[in-house]
Amino acid sequence: MKLPARTALATLAAALVTLTACAPQTSGGTATADEKTGTLRVWLFQEVANKPKEQVVDRVVAAFEQQHAGAKVEVEYIPVDSRAQRIKAAFNDPASAPDLVEYGNTDTASYVKDGGLADVTAEFGAWPEAKDTDPAARASVTVGGKVYGAPFFVGVRALYYRTDVFRELGLAAPRTQAELIATAKKVRKARPELYGLAVGGAYTYGALPFIWAHGGELATAEGDSYRSAIAGEAARKGITAYTSLFGDDNCPAAKCAEMGGNATVTAFASGKAAMAIGGDFSHAAVEAGAVKGKYAVVPLPGTTPGSIAPAFAGGNNIGVLRSTRHRTLAVDLMKALAGKDTQARLFDALGFLPTYTDVRRQAAQKQPFVQPFIDTLGAGARFVPASAGWGRIDASLVLPTMFQEVVSGRKDVRTASGDAARKMDAAFAAAG
Amino acid sequence: MTLTATRPGKGSGAARPRRSAPRRTGRGTGRRGGRRAGSAWTPWLYLLPALAVLGGLLVYPLYQLGLISFLEYTQAQVSGGRPTSFRGFGNYTDLFSDPQFRQVLLATVLFAAACVVATLAVGCALAVLLTRVRALPRLALMLAALGAWATPAVTGSTVWVFLFDPDHGPVNRLLGLGDFSWTYGRYSAFALVLMEVVWCSFPFVMVTVYAGIRAVPAEVLEAAALDGASPWRTWRSVTAPMLRPVLVVVTIQSIIWDFKIFTQIYVMTGGGGIAGQNLVLNVYAYQKAFASSQYSLGSAIGVVMLLILLAVTLVHLRLLRGQGEEER
Repeated sequence: MKLPARTALATLAAALVTLTACAPQTSGGTATADEKTGTLRVWLFQEVANKPKEQVVDRVVAAFEQQHAGAKVEVEYIPVDSRAQRIKAAFNDPASAPDLVEYGNTDTASYVKDGGLADVTAEFGAWPEAKDTDPAARASVTVGGKVYGAPFFVGVRALYYRTDVFRELGLAAPRTQAELIATAKKVRKARPELYGLAVGGAYTYGALPFIWAHGGELATAEGDSYRSAIAGEAARKGITAYTSLFGDDNCPAAKCAEMGGNATVTAFASGKAAMAIGGDFSHAAVEAGAVKGKYAVVPLPGTTPGSIAPAFAGGNNIGVLRSTRHRTLAVDLMKALAGKDTQARLFDALGFLPTYTDVRRQAAQKQPFVQPFIDTLGAGARFVPASAGWGRIDASLVLPTMFQEVVSGRKDVRTASGDAARKMDAAFAAAG
Repeated sequence: MTLTATRPGKGSGAARPRRSAPRRTGRGTGRRGGRRAGSAWTPWLYLLPALAVLGGLLVYPLYQLGLISFLEYTQAQVSGGRPTSFRGFGNYTDLFSDPQFRQVLLATVLFAAACVVATLAVGCALAVLLTRVRALPRLALMLAALGAWATPAVTGSTVWVFLFDPDHGPVNRLLGLGDFSWTYGRYSAFALVLMEVVWCSFPFVMVTVYAGIRAVPAEVLEAAALDGASPWRTWRSVTAPMLRPVLVVVTIQSIIWDFKIFTQIYVMTGGGGIAGQNLVLNVYAYQKAFASSQYSLGSAIGVVMLLILLAVTLVHLRLLRGQGEEER
């Protein structure tokens, strides 16, 4: 009778000891092997309509397996909503991690700091196709001068406007930001049921072009780290321009202060706004809305006539995980997936803008719709600071808070941008 | 885990007859003194399965929470990019020197207090109403309350946001508020969330208090009536004291729930409201711990919340016990 109870006690005690003994987990990280055969696991993002992406990828994979005897490729499409958790989990547990991942380009610096991505600077430099990669896309895979992946596609925003409303009111597409703001207010005055230009207090990537167009910067590189420049004079001018669009004469603060990018595009697509700042990736949503056939797209104007406001170069990259046991194979597959041929096919299938300037030119000939977006990229798109601190700044909503503070009248531009700059500097300092 | 869970269970079931055995031997011959020492441990042996489960599910996570709150532990440490280091009270000093944290803490305490008071008031009032109405309206009220209770928080919050939408919401149209935006102002946004919180948590209070009222013996109420007590006097001097244990439970439950509010704020104010005006501690901790991967700072916030809730609960229990003894 007693023996089993004793044994149980011992087992329990042992279990408790092992449980309490372990400190929080830390994973090993780097792999030592570089096997030339075996299974490569790839995680790509799941698109809303995933079939066309699968077809393009299947083709690449079939060709890759033919060229590399003994290599097998398993592709898994992961939901975009839970990607952050999945990828963090992959960094923590190398045993179940994939060899290659698709990731959002604003995450590059954080993933590098987390120690998850492999440095492929040498391979990227020796890859002939990489010569045509546009500078903004190249910046999006570069951290501290080293390359951590290959750009997969870019996304960029431009100005959507309602041709029918503009014709009716005798307006022309704005050529400067001052004209843009004046046009928006004219529309609102004549058609009070519409927002002139739909803007959002939480729409960071719609607001950044205003800051950049006025010569402002988010942050400037200082040695290995960054220093916030959001409270600089030029940046403040941009913030003033953007926040002047909130009000009863364009987009009432009570409604627009809390809007994000999707909400502004939805407002435009449903016919509630005469203009909106939308991406090439918003095209399908607008086409599906009430304004189909009644709109056009031009690059978002800069401060001087004919200039284009620098846009944020969003998009995704493909990277090799540091924990891969098939480094050479994984890098080859990365080149195949992010190569010119695949990007051209992805554009045809899904409208993803290629990251190579020459492939993009060909794309514009096939689909004139993307021309304004390509012009925007050609005028020089910008990227967020390549620091892991950016991840924290983004997650703690520093910039939306700043815009909302100004828009709701809580703080003036100088105070709000000063506070935001302090928070950014703290995040950059913590990221080291 | 299955091994450790079943083994002691089997042992305790089969060992029951043994309990009388040592007593007999002790009284009889007095030999094998070691037996008595063994019997002192016996209750603990029986408690072990429960303790093991509690330890695994409660103590261990709390231990980890506390430990992480003293470390520098971000995503870089988790995935092995950088070594984990000990920071002492560094995370706590960071936290309390952050003016936003202090402001969020204050907002959370006030908001939770308002929610608890409102929930208890509505719940108790409706419970009393339930005892006064006929069967059919009672059934209707019960069903409506259970419906609100059964609605998942995310669904409930989304529906409320839609109901109060400035452009398409029926509430503004009914009240003639035009395109008034509830989530724009700090207080109106908190008020909106408060209404939703009360809506989804009053049924628990109502049902529990109703059950408590029903359990009050009819003779006592009859005696009060014979003594000529008014309804208010009856409630204050007879029903409420007899309901005290029930009220303690619902109050503490409500405090804990309302202090930990997350879903309603996160969904209804879009993750903390305009410029973070509607942040509460849990949403703030989420921003710090998960969205920006500062797990150690998030843990420190968790520990602070735990301590506050423990303190509130202890003080509340203490006060109630004191009152009870005075009256007796």
